[in-house]
Order: sequence, then C-alpha cells, then structure tokens
Amino acid sequence: MTVLSILAMVLVTLGLFFFTVGTIGILRLPDFYTRLHAAGKCDTLAAVLVIVGVAVYNLQPFSFGALLVSGKLMLIAGFVFVTSPTATHAITEAALVLGVKPWQRKGKNRP
Amino acid sequence: MPRDMKAKLTTFAIMLFFWVMLSGMFDAFHLTLGVICCLLIAHFSHGLLFYGDCKQPWVRSFVGLIAYLPWLFYQIVLANLQVAYLVLHPRVLEKIDPHVIRFKTRLKRPLAKVTFAQSITLTPGTVTVSVLDDEFTVYALTRSVSDALPGEMEARVARALEPEL
Repeated sequence: MTVLSILAMVLVTLGLFFFTVGTIGILRLPDFYTRLHAAGKCDTLAAVLVIVGVAVYNLQPFSFGALLVSGKLMLIAGFVFVTSPTATHAITEAALVLGVKPWQRKGKNRP
Repeated sequence: MPRDMKAKLTTFAIMLFFWVMLSGMFDAFHLTLGVICCLLIAHFSHGLLFYGDCKQPWVRSFVGLIAYLPWLFYQIVLANLQVAYLVLHPRVLEKIDPHVIRFKTRLKRPLAKVTFAQSITLTPGTVTVSVLDDEFTVYALTRSVSDALPGEMEARVARALEPEL
C-alpha cells in the first residue's frame, strides 16, 4: 500500500460519496430547479474527484507515459469543471423560459 | 509587439500544448505535423480565442484566474457539504425555501461576468439563470445564501480579473 494508492482511494471514495448525495438529492428534492442544484453541484465535484483520483492512481509505476495519461485525465477534469455549470445554467434558463413552475414552501403567497 | 501577433503566438502555444498532450508522440514527423497545423490554426482562428478583448492585459487575467481558483474550490467543497446536509436531512422540505433574485453587477468584462456566473452556479445553494448586460438572475435554494450575493465573491472576481475597478 503506497501513499499514492491511499490518496487515490480517498479521492475516489469522496467522489462516490458526493455522487450518492447527488442521486439522493435528485430523488428527494421537490421540483425541477432544486433537483438541478443537487445534480449540478454534486456531480461536478464528484466527477472531478474521481478523475483526479484515477489520475493519481495511474502514476504508480512512474513513467513518462503514465504522466501523459494523467495529464490527459487532468484536462478532462478541467473541462468537466467548466462545462458542467454551463450546462446547469442552460437547463435552468430553458426551464424558466418554458414556464416550469418553481416549487414554493406552503403557506407563503409569493408570486 | 503588435496585439495581433501576440494573440497568434499565444494561440499557437496553447494549440501546441494540446497537440503534444493528446498525441503523446515525440518523433520528428508528428512534431513537425503538429507545428504546421498549429501555425495554420493560429493564423486563421486566433480571433476566436481572443475576440476584441485584446485591449485588456490577458496575461494578468490568467494569473488572476489561477490565484482565484483555490478559493473557488474551497467554496465548491462547502457547497457540496451544504447540499449533502440538506439532502440527507430528514425534513428536507422545511429546510429549503427556493426563490429567484435579481441584482446588478459592477463587473464589465465578459470574461469576468462569465467567471462570476459560473462561480455562482458552483457555490452554495445558488444557480445562475441568466446574465443580461449587467443584470444577474439567480435561483437560490435558501434565504440565507441569497442575502450573501453579490458580496465577497464579486469582490474576489473583480480583484482577479478587473484590477481597474
């Protein structure tokens, strides 16, 4: 068990935890917009954590090739980091434009 | 150095970085091919990467963005812990109070606005719905998080990307 293995394991486990939370959030929250909160935030961090974990694990027998592969994985993480909020934002705006009604807490009469 | 040339050189450097990274081949043939392709792309398409914004010192912006990232990442972890807390709470419907807020930003540059919008989406309980000129529409999950906007995050984005403000 090397230090890198343990680090990779911690990262991937954390990523899986946030994926799980995101999924539970999609199931439990009341409407479209609040569900997007769970999906948009948790999936971004979870995907980045898992990918970085895999990149760290991949460095184990250290070689130049492994470094290149890890670099590519980090690029994927970077792109997920940029595209995921953009997609969330686009979906939210589309829903608002189409007139999907946001859920409101009961007993409040806001328009 | 003329701005045009600088934009072309930067585009070339970025393209070459991606070429080397993605191809992983270091023999003369592939490197030459890469350099030729990158030169052509830099010559014809540098305007896509640095459109009209060349008046600004974008090296400074890049450094500012890098310096901004650690704080953003910390905020993202906080956001996820908050969502985890809400989602795993037994009475989730009493905890949340979703609503839409609008506010005006003082950020001017497109890059700064996009960074700010993305940061809002990634951080605790808020999602950016739209950005029209300088008006942000944000969908917030609870009352307390929407009170904090624009606040500290806007200040940090401004420091990173618009030092003149």
